Amino acid sequence: MELFANQVLAGIATGAIYACMALAVVMIYQAIDHLNFAQGEMAMFSTFVSWQLMQWGVPYWGAFVITVVFSFFAGIVIERLLFKPLAKAPILTNVAGFIALYAIINSVAGLIWDFTIKQYPTPFGSSPFLGSQLISTHQAGMIGVTLLMLVLLFFFFRFTRVGLAMRAAAALPESARLVGINTSWMIALGWGMAAAIGSIAGMMIAPVVFLEPNMMLGVLIYGFAAAVLGGLSSPFGAVVGGFLVGIFENLVGTYIPGVGNELKLPIALALIITVLVVKPAGLFGRAIVKRV
Amino acid sequence: MSAAEEIVTEAPAVEAVPKRAMTLGYGTSLIVLAALIVIPLFVKNFIIFQMTMLLIYALAVMALNILTGGSGQFSLGQSAFYAVGAYTSAILMEHAGMNYALTLPIAGIVCFAFGFLFGQPALRLSGVYLALATFALATAMPQLLKLGYFEEWTGGVQGLVVTKPDAPFGLPLSQDMWLYYFTLVISIAIYVASVNLLRSRSGRAFMAIRDNEIAASAMGVDVALYKTLAFGVSAGITGVAGGLGAIAVQFVAPDGYTIQLAISLFLGMVVGGVGWLPGSIVGSAFIIFVPNIAESFSKGLSGAVFGVLLFLVIFLVPHGARQIAIIAQQTMAKFKKN
Amino acid sequence: MLSVLRIAAVSAAVAAFAASSTAAFAQKKYDTGASDTEIKIGNIMPYSGPASAYGVIGKTEEAYFKMINDQGGINGRKVKYISYDDAYSPPKAVEQVRKLVESDEVLVVFNPLGTPSNTAIQKYLNSKKIPQLFVATGATKWNDPKNFPWTIGWQPSYQSEAQIYAKWLTKEKPDAKVAILYQNDDFGKDYLKGTKDGFGAKAASSIIMEESYEVSEPSIDGHIVKIKAANPDVLLIYTTPKFGAQTIKKTAELGWKPLQIITNVSISVGSVMQPAGFENAQGVLSAAYAKDGSDPQWANDPGMKKWNAFLDKYMPGVDKTDNGVVYGYGAAQTLAKVLEMCGDDLTRANVMKQAASLKDFTPDTLLPGVKINTSATDFAPIAQLQMQRFKGQKWELFGETISGDVPAE
Repeated sequence: MELFANQVLAGIATGAIYACMALAVVMIYQAIDHLNFAQGEMAMFSTFVSWQLMQWGVPYWGAFVITVVFSFFAGIVIERLLFKPLAKAPILTNVAGFIALYAIINSVAGLIWDFTIKQYPTPFGSSPFLGSQLISTHQAGMIGVTLLMLVLLFFFFRFTRVGLAMRAAAALPESARLVGINTSWMIALGWGMAAAIGSIAGMMIAPVVFLEPNMMLGVLIYGFAAAVLGGLSSPFGAVVGGFLVGIFENLVGTYIPGVGNELKLPIALALIITVLVVKPAGLFGRAIVKRV
Repeated sequence: MSAAEEIVTEAPAVEAVPKRAMTLGYGTSLIVLAALIVIPLFVKNFIIFQMTMLLIYALAVMALNILTGGSGQFSLGQSAFYAVGAYTSAILMEHAGMNYALTLPIAGIVCFAFGFLFGQPALRLSGVYLALATFALATAMPQLLKLGYFEEWTGGVQGLVVTKPDAPFGLPLSQDMWLYYFTLVISIAIYVASVNLLRSRSGRAFMAIRDNEIAASAMGVDVALYKTLAFGVSAGITGVAGGLGAIAVQFVAPDGYTIQLAISLFLGMVVGGVGWLPGSIVGSAFIIFVPNIAESFSKGLSGAVFGVLLFLVIFLVPHGARQIAIIAQQTMAKFKKN
Repeated sequence: MLSVLRIAAVSAAVAAFAASSTAAFAQKKYDTGASDTEIKIGNIMPYSGPASAYGVIGKTEEAYFKMINDQGGINGRKVKYISYDDAYSPPKAVEQVRKLVESDEVLVVFNPLGTPSNTAIQKYLNSKKIPQLFVATGATKWNDPKNFPWTIGWQPSYQSEAQIYAKWLTKEKPDAKVAILYQNDDFGKDYLKGTKDGFGAKAASSIIMEESYEVSEPSIDGHIVKIKAANPDVLLIYTTPKFGAQTIKKTAELGWKPLQIITNVSISVGSVMQPAGFENAQGVLSAAYAKDGSDPQWANDPGMKKWNAFLDKYMPGVDKTDNGVVYGYGAAQTLAKVLEMCGDDLTRANVMKQAASLKDFTPDTLLPGVKINTSATDFAPIAQLQMQRFKGQKWELFGETISGDVPAE
C-alpha cells in the first residue's frame, strides 16, 4: 500500500512535467488547429537561452522574464518567416515544415551548447515538500506554476477579446474574417504564446531532467499524449491528462507483472487510445460535429 | 457553452487528387523504367546497393501514399509495419531456413493482417488522434521487438544477422546486382498492382472516403471495410519493403525501426507529392540522399542543413514532385501547341 | 556457406600474418587506400539523430589526424580521415560503410560507433577482408578473432567491467542485497549479464531486483522509487550520463543512501557528477581506464597536458568535460601507433597484424598502469580497469588495476 501511494505521488511529480508541456501543446492547437512537432525543441532552445543568460550573470527571475519575452517574439518571427508562406499549402506540408524546424533547432542547439548535460537551477529549492521526500519543493513549485498558467489561460481564452478572437480564428477562419478578425496575425500571436508557455515549461522541467539538446524528446511524446487524452481543446483537460499519464505510467510499471516495466509506455499509450476510441474528443474536449 | 457543440465545415485533410493524375504517362514510365534497368550496369556495387534501398523505401513511401493520398488516413506508424515485415523475413530465413523469396509474400500477408487489425480501432479516430495512435504504434514497436519473451526468435536487443542471397541458376551477377533486379521486379509488380487497385472499384471507394466520408457512406460505400482495407494494403506493401530491406542490409535490430524511420517515410511522401504514386521514388531519393548532402556541408550542423533543404523544397513546391510534374506537363502542352 | 567463408578468411589472415612477419620493412607494400603520400581512414559516427551526442568523438579524431598531418604525418604519409554520418541507424551504417570502402576506397574502417551499426557492417567488412579497427562499443563480441579476424575492439567490454563490480561486491560485501538499474538495450543488457556472471552461483540470492528503463523516458524517478521500496543495500547504475546524474540526484532527494556503483560510461566529473550535485555523489564507486578531462587531479599530468594543448589548438571552444573528447583522442592515438608500426607495409593484413601486436602501449589519456596489449588470440586492447571512489570533487583511485578479460563466446 505504501508503494502504491508512493508511486501515485511520484507519478504526480512526473505528471507535472507532462502537464506543463501539454499546456503548450493545447495552446498551439487552439491557435493553428494542429500539433507542432518542433514545440519541444523550441522550449529546449528557450531554456538554453535562459541558462546562457544566467551564465552571463543575470539573476534567475531576470533571465526568466527575458526568456519568456524573447520566446514570445521568437515564436512570432518563426511563424511570420517560415509558416505564413505555407499558409495555403496542404496541412501535411506544414507538418513536414515542423519536422524541418525540429531538425534545425536541435542541431543548432547542439552546436552552440554541446550535448553534455547541464545543471539547471530551480527557484523553489529541492528540499522535501511538506515532509514528503517523494515530492520536492521544486516539483510542488512546478505544479503551482502549471496551475497558475492554467488559470491565466482559462481567463485569456474565455474573457479577453484577443483570446476569443484567437479561438474564433482557429475554429472558423472564414467566419472570423467576416467579423473583422485578422486571422493571420491571430495565428502568429498563437505561435508567440505557445512559445512563451513552452519556455516556461522548459525552465520548469530542466531542473528535473537536466538541460541538454535532446531533453524534450521524450517529454513531447508524453505531452502530446496528455493533451490528447485530456482533450486538445481544453487547457484544464491537458493538465489533468498530464497527471493521469504520469500516474498511469508508474502504476503500469509497478503492478503489471512481467512485461509492465519494459512496456510501460506502450501500455500507457494503448490505454489512452482505448479512451479515445470510447471518447474520441478526449476526456474534457468538446465533440465536434462536422457539417457535410 | 459546454453543452453546445461546435459545428465546423472542415476542409478534407488531404486534397482531392483525380485518379488519372495519380500515375505517369506511358512515355515517361518507359524512360524511368529504362533508366532503372540500365544504370546498375555501369556503376559501383555500393551505388547499386543505394539504388536497391531507393526502390525499397520507394515501396514503403508508396504504401503510405495509398493510405494517405488514397484513403485520406494519416499514419506516423509505418516504421512498425516495416519492422514486422523485416523481422518476419529475417526470422523465417535464419530460424526456419526458408528461401528469401518465399519469405516476402509471408511478410506481406502477416503485415496485411496486422494492418487490417490495427485499422479497426483506428476507424474511430481521425486527424491528430489517428496521428497519435499510429505514432504510439511506432514508438512501441522497438520495445516490443526487444521484449525478453521473444528474444529466442528476435535476438532481442542484439538483432539478427541475415545471409545475403547469391544469384540463382549460376547467373553471372554479383549479390548486389541480383538483389537489385530482384527488388526491381517486385517493385514494378507492386506498383502496377497499386495503380490498378486505385483505378478499381476499391480505389474509387478509398478516394470517395478521402474526399467526403459521409457522402461516401451515403452512396453505399462500406466505410469501415474500405478504411481498414486501406490500412491492410498499406501495411502489407510496407511489410514486403521491410522484408527486402532486411535482406539488403543483412541485419535487423530494434534500433533500425524507430520513429525516425516513420518520420522519414512521411517526409518522403510529402516531398514526392501526396496522392501521386510515381512521386514515391522522388520522395525516397530525398530521404536517402539529402541527409548525405546535408552532411557534406557541415558535420556539426547536418541536421540544420537538412531542415533548411527541406524548407526550401516545401517552399518552392508545397505539393511536392507532383507539382513539378504538372508544371512540366503544362509546358510540354504549350510547346506542342506552338 | 558461412563456415566456408570463415575458414577462407581465417586462413587468408593467418597466411598473411606469416608472410609479413619477418620482412615488414623490406619493401613498400600497399593495399587500396594507401600510397607513398597518403593513408585513407574511414569512419562512421552518429552526427545527427538521437545519438548525436557521440558525434564529438568523430570530430576529435578528425582534429587529431589534422595535428598528426601538421607534424608531418605518419612515416611521411598524410592521414586522410573520412567520416560519415550514420544517424545511429543500421541500414544507414551499411550504406555509409560501403561508400567508404567502394567509393572512397579507404584502407581501414576505424572506430565506427555503436553495437547495432557495427553488427550490421561486421559481416560485410570481414568478407571483404577490410579491418574494422577499434570499434567504439563495449560489447564482448568484438573479441572473436577466430570467427571475425578483421574486427577488433578497443575499450574494456561492458561485461568485464560488470564482472569486476560483482567480484568486488562478493569480496567486500558478501551479504549485500543488490538492485540493478539498466538501460533496456544492448549496452544495459551486457552489463546485466556481466553482473550475473560475476556473481556466479550467488547471483540469484544477491540480486533482488533488475529494473530497466527506456532511453525515451524523460525522467526515471518512478523507477528509483520502486527500487527503494525493495530496500536493497547496493544500487548498480548501468545508465547513460543523463540518467546516471538523475539517479544520483534522486536517491539523495529521497534521503536514501545505498552503496552506488555507476558504469564507467557515466563517470565524467563535469557532465555527470557536477550536475548531479557533488554533495549527492560522495562515496559513489566506479571503475575507470581513462583519465577524466574535468578531474582536477590530472591538471599536471604530462599526458593530459598534451591533451589540453591539442584541444586548445585544434578544437578551441570544445567542451572539455565531454568524455567523448578523451575517448576520441585515445582511440586516434592508438590508430596512429598501429599505422606507425606498419612502416611501409600498408596492406590491410599487416594493419590487422600490427593492431594485434600492441605491447604495453599507453596512450596519453589512459590511467597510469593501464596498458594496451593485443595478440593474435586477444582482440580486446584495453582490458584493465581500476576501481575508484568519488570524494570531494574528484575520483580517488583505489586497489590494483584489475584485468577483466571476458573470452568471446
